[in-house]
This record gives sequence, structure tokens and C-alpha cells, in this order.
Amino acid sequence: MYIIIVGGGRIGYYLLKALLNEGHEVLVIERDPRVCKVITDELGSVCYRGDGCEAAVLAEVGTGRADIFVAVTGDDEDNLVACQVAKHKHNVPLTIARLRNPQNALLFKKLGVDVTISTTNIILEAIERAIPTHTLTHLLTIEEKGLVIVEVKIAQDSATVGKMVKDLTLPAGSSLVLIISHDGSVRTPAPNTVLRAGDQIIAVTTKDAEEALRATIRGL
Amino acid sequence: MKVMIMGCGRVGARLAALLDEDGHEVTVLDIDAYAFHRLPSSFRGTALLANGIDQEALKKAGIEECDVFVAVTQGDNRNVMACQIAKHIFNVPRVVCRIYDPLREEMYRALGLETISPTKIIAQLLREKVEKSGSQETEPEK
Repeated sequence: MYIIIVGGGRIGYYLLKALLNEGHEVLVIERDPRVCKVITDELGSVCYRGDGCEAAVLAEVGTGRADIFVAVTGDDEDNLVACQVAKHKHNVPLTIARLRNPQNALLFKKLGVDVTISTTNIILEAIERAIPTHTLTHLLTIEEKGLVIVEVKIAQDSATVGKMVKDLTLPAGSSLVLIISHDGSVRTPAPNTVLRAGDQIIAVTTKDAEEALRATIRGL
Repeated sequence: MKVMIMGCGRVGARLAALLDEDGHEVTVLDIDAYAFHRLPSSFRGTALLANGIDQEALKKAGIEECDVFVAVTQGDNRNVMACQIAKHIFNVPRVVCRIYDPLREEMYRALGLETISPTKIIAQLLREKVEKSGSQETEPEK
């Protein structure tokens, strides 16, 4: 695979090293000549000095044959433009951008960036998973469709313990997909399935209905 | 018309003043309060300390009611991103983007943004001046 990375900062540097170790053909594009020199001195000629947002630079490094294009500079606007040039001028099949501001995820997806990575969101998700009192956890967001896949835990004191699935009034656009019991057994929810304390429910919902779903399952 | 201008540099401030004189409702954004010194004392519009590539900030600044959005910061990429937010997230009816780099300007024009490349325009103007002065010089020799 030929992978191009824009931005030779910490993220770009460690990404480069890891991908080289896996045997990929990797190139970093970096504007700062000093950063470029450090990388070249250590890892050989795998760093191209230039602006990764410029079509001419991307043409020079053969972006047309790249399989993956990753933009990990510290500025969202630079990552966006680099990915757009790669996508629209050079038809790279997979473009990945690092996000500083998690709000930009939808915009980037709309504009031709295939994957966005937000450190803020990753940390938030880890916190949500680690804190048991948090009854609703985000598992996956499907930005284009405005859907989220969430996990909801049934607490010991929840008013829904002992109720059947059909007794719940779910908000519009939400549906329960799976129930994982305390002992690890997995059930597909049927109307007569009884909810027990400790059940983890995997559900699909919309961004707007998320709070209502949480309230319903907690029995508020 | 309600106009939002991102970037209160020489061009942004001047444009804001001109549109204000013409009676439009103007909001100018900049991330540096010092930039607002460039606005004339007669300016009646709004000067807001805000980041034009932050969707929340744009919303607070009232982008949803705007008829026109103009991006004239020093950064091509910032202008491009702000204009795409205005166009694709907030559906501003008219969006104009300054892009210095002619290659980037062509690409975003092809993608449907209304763009202006000062580099191309100034180079063309200067070329005309140079070629005109050249012809003037040869005239007296005749």
C-alpha cells in the first residue's frame, strides 16, 4: 500500500514509523525543513518538504497512485483542504483527517473526507465507557444518516427492571437491537422479552431522540 | 442585505466600510480585536471577536440570517473551510471566497464555490500596465 501522511508532527511521525514497520510504502509531507531533516536523518528519504495542500506538491509525490491519504496537521482547515485536493484532484480512494474540533466531523464527511478522527471524542468515549453510572454510551455515529448506535445499561434501581420490551414507549426512530445479559448471553429483543437489572441494551436511535431513549430505558 | 465578512484586515475592513456606507447590515469577524482598529469611526455595523471556522461561533454571530458570506482572512485554507461551512452547513445563499493560490482557486471554483484569486487578478493587471507602458515608450521613438 502507498500511504501519504500530511504533517510530520508527533502524530505523523509515529504513524510513519508504525506504517513503515508494517512494510508499507509511506511518505510524509511536511512544511518545516527542520522537522523534515529530523525525520530524514532517522528514517531515510521518507519525508518530502512542501505544502500538502498544494495540488502541485501532491502531484510531485505521486498522490494519484496513493491508496490512503492521511492529514494529521494541527489545523482542521489544513487537514480539510489537503484531503479535498487528494480526493478531488487525485482521486485517492481513502482520505483520513484528524480533527481538532469534533463539531467539524459532519462538514468533513460532506466534503469528501472519508474518515475523521477526533481525539476529543475518543477520550470522551473512553470516559463514558469507564464510568458505570453513565447509562448511555455512544458506540458508533453514522453521520450521514444522523443515526447513533448506543449502549444503555439497566441499573439495579431502574423502573424498567422486570418490564417487557413491548411496555416501553420508545421515541420515534429508535429501536432496540440486542440485549446482552449480565452473564454474557445475547438475546434479540422480542415484544415479550423481560428486562433485567444489569442488561446491556444495544439500540439504534437518532441524535435528537437520544435523551428521550435514555429516559425511557431508565424508566424516568 | 445582511453581510458577514470573515477577516478584518485591509480588504475586510474596507469592504465592511463600503457596504456599510451603502446601507447594508454588516457583521465583521476577526480573531484579533486589534484588527477592528482598521474600521472607520463612522462604521455602524457589528464587529465581533469570533473564529469563522467554528460552527458554533458562526451561529452565535448570526450566520443563519445572512444573505452573503465573504471570507478574506490571510489563510486560503481558513477561507475555504469557512465558506464551505457557510454554504453546506448554514445554506447561506451567496458565499464568496478569497483564495490567493490560483491552483486551489481553480479547484474550489470547479467544486462550486464562488472564488476570487487576487494573485491572478493583480498579475493580470500588472501585465497590462507593463505591456501598455512598453508600447508608450516606443511611441515617441516613431
